Amino acid sequence: MKSNRKSGSQGIKWVLISVSVLFMAIMLVLPLVSVIVNSLSLGIPFYLKSLHTEYTLSALMVTLLAAVIAVLVNTFFGIVAAWLITKFSFKGKQTLAALIDIPFSISPVIAGLAFLMTFGRLGWANSYINQINQLFGVDIKIVFALPGVVLATIFVTFPFVSREIIPVLHAQGTDEEEAAALMGASGFYIFRKITFPHIKWALLYGVILCTARALGEFGAVNALSKARGKTFTLPLEIDALYLAGSSDSITAAFAVSSILVIMAVTVIVARNILEYQAGKKQGRYES
Amino acid sequence: MYVELKHIHKNYGSYKASEDINIGIEKGKLAALLGPSGSGKTTILRMIAGLETPDSGDIIIDGKRVNDIPPAERGIGFVFQNYALFRYMTVYENLAFGLEIKKVPKKQIRERIMELMELTGLNGLEKRYPNQLSGGQRQRVAFARALAPNPSLLLLDEPFAAIDAKIRGELRKWLRDMIHKVGVTSIFVTHDQDEAVEAADEIIITNQGRIEQSGPPLQIYKSPGTPFVAEFIGESSKVEGYHQLKGFDKGKYKGAVIRPEFVESFKNDNLKFKDIIDYSEEGVIEDISFRGNCLEVKLRVGDILLTTHRSLERRPVEIGERMHVIVYRMYAYDDDRAYLLENKELIGKEMITF
Ligand SMILES: Nc1ncnc2c1ncn2[C@@H]1O[C@H](COP(=O)(O)OP(=O)(O)OP(=O)(O)O)[C@@H](O)[C@H]1O
Ligand SMILES: [Mg+2]
Repeated sequence: MKSNRKSGSQGIKWVLISVSVLFMAIMLVLPLVSVIVNSLSLGIPFYLKSLHTEYTLSALMVTLLAAVIAVLVNTFFGIVAAWLITKFSFKGKQTLAALIDIPFSISPVIAGLAFLMTFGRLGWANSYINQINQLFGVDIKIVFALPGVVLATIFVTFPFVSREIIPVLHAQGTDEEEAAALMGASGFYIFRKITFPHIKWALLYGVILCTARALGEFGAVNALSKARGKTFTLPLEIDALYLAGSSDSITAAFAVSSILVIMAVTVIVARNILEYQAGKKQGRYES
Repeated sequence: MYVELKHIHKNYGSYKASEDINIGIEKGKLAALLGPSGSGKTTILRMIAGLETPDSGDIIIDGKRVNDIPPAERGIGFVFQNYALFRYMTVYENLAFGLEIKKVPKKQIRERIMELMELTGLNGLEKRYPNQLSGGQRQRVAFARALAPNPSLLLLDEPFAAIDAKIRGELRKWLRDMIHKVGVTSIFVTHDQDEAVEAADEIIITNQGRIEQSGPPLQIYKSPGTPFVAEFIGESSKVEGYHQLKGFDKGKYKGAVIRPEFVESFKNDNLKFKDIIDYSEEGVIEDISFRGNCLEVKLRVGDILLTTHRSLERRPVEIGERMHVIVYRMYAYDDDRAYLLENKELIGKEMITF
């Protein structure tokens, strides 16, 4: 009886494992492998050549620029927002906490269009931008220019950092901070010495997720970026190459895609190393 | 008075957490804020520390009104209920924190910490993190950390709540000795009356955001000022029909509380009580329970159930046994005061009590 039941549950285990492995293989591994295989279908020299085009290099720079700025901005505001929400009580706190999540629930295309309607030629903010431009003799453009791409990327990746650290800050409570404040520590000192060590790992994790999302953003950026070789990001460049339709350009599209795949895999590996490290370290301080 | 609170009011929304609080504590004394859960003890402590602002009233420390002085400049050490040790810092770093902010030279910090570790018996633990310490050790670290910058006032919120009952008594004594040795004026919060009676020089009893009574433990124990205190302190039981007991009149009172030590019970043939046996009445034992160092005996006298303690040295008793019962005294109360009533039959009589 006993061994029967055991072999029964063993059987279920193997069925479940096979189903998941099969599913992952079909849905994730094969497509990613096929990207790499396709990218190399015309040989390595062609692969390298398609990465070296002016368009691709420009797209790579734009993507990295947008990602770096988005991560910096969102890390700063993410910490500020999480700190505000967990350590202070004020009217409208719940609303603020809910607002932070909007980019999670809204389609990126809509976000892109919203920026277009705000800063575009017909948008209400456009006349202010024109005034500023005239006043200072500059020529700032938001939509169909780099600032628009950066703004859209910031928008879609906004919640990642704050969402990661809010639960950690909540769990910690305010006692340690109060104790430090009573001893005369300033707000920033308290953050650096007490709060930061606590949120360190969650913060890094949030930054990594934020980076991954920023690198891959398509919809929102697509609405605001129309100049290939100037404001195109890697996903847009890939799209353009693929739509061009010739077999050369399709292979080039795969070659460019492989950059993103490699970046994504790197991010996942980094994430796992971090999780492992965090788990090990955390155990030392928490009983 | 070293610390004084005058007419302090504090509301959370419409909830009155503190209502006309008046407190005075002398320099070097250890005072206890004692009261049931939710009676506003922590609120008072946090207002003194400056972590909470009173709606009105004055807080005076060492003759200076401190209402508008920031918490860090009030010269206060605070031991939090769950200690709030900095968990990412070692014991040494925890103790050094306050001194580093004050920009004390490194060498002096080291000396001060060594002195504190010696004082609190933490030697050898300076490299540990808080989660590597026992409950009692954590409490000592919290205590040492609060003392490190030489505060002139030490506030402790339920310092023993998170500690095993077993070592609580020991730590209580330790803390009391330590505070008197250091000579720092201290206020600690507790809802355990044994703790307050044993450790404090002065007890302040809180109830529903108000101060019921304050004074030395013995005084509070012997002459509770309000009905609440009479019932709250000691193992008191409320008796409505107190005037049915022999030796007590109805008077103008609403009711009375009787403590176990006010009740005597003895067997018919006990010669020690022969002089007062005439003033006793009959009671039947309803319940007996073992209390470690004595028996707790419940006796029914008419409609009234009385509780008394019986020494283990005395002859055994059993449930249903008829005993002689005498009530020596009780606290009778009206709406806002408690009064000590002596058994009028016994006044002027020679008595033996156990
Ligand atoms: N920040 C707050 N907001 C609203 N109500 C509060 C707040 N802090 C305390 N209270 C209320 O004020 C009352 C007194 O609280 P306080 O913490 O002073 O009680 P306490 O005597 O310390 O109780 P305990 O023994 O349970 O710690 C309680 O009813 C509590 O719910
Ligand atoms: Mg409390």
